[in-house]
Amino acid sequence: MEKFDFIIIGAGVVGAMIARSLSRYEVSLLVIEKESDVCMGTSSANTSIIHAGYDPLPGTLKAELNVKGNKLWDTLAFELGIPFKRTGDYVIGIGKEEIDGVEELYKRGVENGVNGLEILKKEEILTKLQYLNREVSLALFASSGGIVDPFQATLAPLENAVLNGAKILLETSFEDFIFNGKRIIGVKTNKGDFYSDWVINAAGLYSDKVMHKAHVHEEFTITPRKGEYYIFDRNDFSIKEVLFPVPTKASKGIMVTTTVHGNTIIGPNSHEIEDKEDTSNTEEGLTSVYEGARKLVPTINLKHVIAMFAGLRATGNARSPNPNIDYNHDYLIDILPNLGLVNIAGIESPGLASSPAIAEYVINLLKDANVKLKEKKDFNPVRKPRVRFRDLSNDERKKLVENNPSYGRIICRCENVTEGEILAEIHAPIPAKTYDALKRRTWLGTGRCQGAFDLPRVIELLSKELNLDPTEITKRGNNSKFLFRKTKEVQNAVKRYL
Amino acid sequence: MQLKDIYDVVVIGSGPGGLASAIQAKKEGAESVLVIERDKEPGGILNQCIHNGFGVEIFKEDMPGPKYAEMFIKEAESLGVEFMLDSMVLEITPQKKVYVTSKWYGFNEIQARAVVFAMGARERTRAQIRTPGFRPSGVYTAGTAQRLVNIEGFMPGNRFVILGSGDIGMIMARRLTLEGAKVERVLEIMPFLTGLTRNYVQCLQDFNIPLQLKHTVKRILGKNRVEAVEIVEVDENFKPVKGSEEIITADTLLLSVGLVPEIELARSVGVAIDPTILGPYVDEEMQTSIPGIFAAGNVVHIFDLVDWVTEAGFIAGKGASRYALKEKTEKVLIPIKSGNNIHHVVPQFIKKDALEKAPIKLMMRVSKPIEEKVWIELRNENNLIFRKLERYVRPGEMVVLTIPQKTYDEVFKSNTLYVSVEKFGG
Repeated sequence: MEKFDFIIIGAGVVGAMIARSLSRYEVSLLVIEKESDVCMGTSSANTSIIHAGYDPLPGTLKAELNVKGNKLWDTLAFELGIPFKRTGDYVIGIGKEEIDGVEELYKRGVENGVNGLEILKKEEILTKLQYLNREVSLALFASSGGIVDPFQATLAPLENAVLNGAKILLETSFEDFIFNGKRIIGVKTNKGDFYSDWVINAAGLYSDKVMHKAHVHEEFTITPRKGEYYIFDRNDFSIKEVLFPVPTKASKGIMVTTTVHGNTIIGPNSHEIEDKEDTSNTEEGLTSVYEGARKLVPTINLKHVIAMFAGLRATGNARSPNPNIDYNHDYLIDILPNLGLVNIAGIESPGLASSPAIAEYVINLLKDANVKLKEKKDFNPVRKPRVRFRDLSNDERKKLVENNPSYGRIICRCENVTEGEILAEIHAPIPAKTYDALKRRTWLGTGRCQGAFDLPRVIELLSKELNLDPTEITKRGNNSKFLFRKTKEVQNAVKRYL
Repeated sequence: MQLKDIYDVVVIGSGPGGLASAIQAKKEGAESVLVIERDKEPGGILNQCIHNGFGVEIFKEDMPGPKYAEMFIKEAESLGVEFMLDSMVLEITPQKKVYVTSKWYGFNEIQARAVVFAMGARERTRAQIRTPGFRPSGVYTAGTAQRLVNIEGFMPGNRFVILGSGDIGMIMARRLTLEGAKVERVLEIMPFLTGLTRNYVQCLQDFNIPLQLKHTVKRILGKNRVEAVEIVEVDENFKPVKGSEEIITADTLLLSVGLVPEIELARSVGVAIDPTILGPYVDEEMQTSIPGIFAAGNVVHIFDLVDWVTEAGFIAGKGASRYALKEKTEKVLIPIKSGNNIHHVVPQFIKKDALEKAPIKLMMRVSKPIEEKVWIELRNENNLIFRKLERYVRPGEMVVLTIPQKTYDEVFKSNTLYVSVEKFGG
């Protein structure tokens, strides 16, 4: 019987940050994830923004954790080697009718304790950002806004946790709790039973289902809200700023922003759906993204699009823990000491920004519940980022290739990802075993040819390194294999066509 | 192989354009010619084109792609062309410094006296046609599927829908059928075929694979692997016709929705790009806007036949060699512009002094098909210079117009040349 002090359900960014925080202490820790890799749900498909904190309603847990979380990112990114840029961000008011909205956000920001807020007049903003819609009336600039690589933001803390002793099991889905009387003593999964003193529910879109298995918060539900995006070829179209529209009730609206990789990205729209697995793009959704983005930047042209995707926000219906506030989409984060359960749910935007603060919050909940957390003497907070050929100077490249020739062989022509980088990820502390896992880690296949060149080469490398038949290599686990059989093995030769 | 620091001619890409350039450069006197190829073998995409149809123009023989490539590879080797394989060029400077990385040769900086771009084309992807739906495995470009089947030896699916009636798509429809797969449908959004008629007959009709014009994929279904595609008819404005939706069960969608010249390197060095075809502007020597940098093959514009790519390669190789050996040419350029129903023409410029030498071939594509006799006309500001009768013109089939020697005086006097498709009898 394998027994842990903690089991975390879910390897998204929230689970990852909590795992890393817990791995500072002398505890045994297991992370279970139903997918074939970490960062495959909401954490993988979002706008990659580290929000400044002027958006959430003052007094909510969301506001508190957003502002706290934002401040943690510099140290975090430094320690864990996460690509992160404090770019600052803008909220762009278009037309007179949006002036109030911009001013309201400024007030909220001040009340939430956000530093570095500035209101820019029409002339100022147009001088700075000449591509903006000329109808711009007013803009809010927040110097503490930033962008991050959301995959590394999830992978790096988890890898750091693993290097500090945590264990992670992929393709392991939660089925039920194991109770001893009233207290949870473990979880049933498709891979067997695992025991622990505490279970931490960081199951994202499914966090409601998980807590309901423990018969708590029966009224709490997660409704997925889909957001769709377009990504542009950075060689053709490139905007370097982070631009929000003035938000509506339902969402922060369709942004025009940039990734840490330099690709312009537009989105998301927002509509409620039922199916928690429905990450499909819709024609209407994509159209509204395009139109929304053009409201900010009229010159956007879809012919420069290289990819589309959709993500699901885990929108909950939790009332704010602050009794003075009438708000029922706050984060639900609570501890149930008698049960041995911690719930983290409803972590919609700004969840990525808040995630390190959520982890701190959870640690404090545990400490308040008198859980014994003794700091490890040998905790290593540093996780070094792996080498990225494309980011090096020519001299550095030359040296790298001299030391390890496999870094000289380009596998992905658009993003200049080398064989050496791919091998390093396949044999990393959390190994990349699928095409998409490599994509999230190395950025291969994300360029203008979208994997048309690298795919056969990556299948070959994965099958060789993992000692699998090429037909067993998948895009993202499950049934997402690429190849069905060898040629010349025609079972039902279709002679009828001849 | 020991790499030199300086080469007369560096050719990037060893497909038909690159091989022909290298051979011709050698024949014209270039002493050192290096071909850099990113794949493990020379030949480029020809190696995955195991169907026949290659060499009919040049060799009067119908051969498969790898054999066609082999003839040129052998000739290049015998002439002393050097090959640097499994190596990728990352950057070129206007001074023709070539930065190339390789597992076998390390990271190198090579100085070229002349460069030939022969990087070919890449395929348009799903994003460029913005097909909604899920993003499962099982959506491939036709060329990637062709590599998987013909080089790697694996089937990327069992039941296919193919979008696009380009040549690669039709050839893959036949190839997959021969390997025991079922090709449910070939869809084409245009009201006409975009590939060669010959391929329609030999690849689709002969195998009873239905072609549906004015149809496209509306949506892809299946979260992990393609499970079906929803198709729809489109009207003249390419808008979906309501009620014409149909769901076709399939595990794979192949996209054969066009090729785009692979110009990232060209762009990074700063050569001027023709926005209509996204390839570099070239003159009759296939020289780009940067002296000493030439281009050959699909990197300039998309050819129908490999033989013509080879021919363009010969021209570029000759030019590159002359440049490397410092033959000065006078640079008075006459632009050639697209007129009525001409989508684009290559070259876009000719040098006046070139008119003395070899015959000049203009290669063009029409915008719309005309299924009756038409004139292809070459004019200047004042006069009709020359015209040629065609029985029909189709966007899928390149039109070639060779400027006859007897008209050179008139051409020489021109400031601009215009090509157009005109009504027969007009």
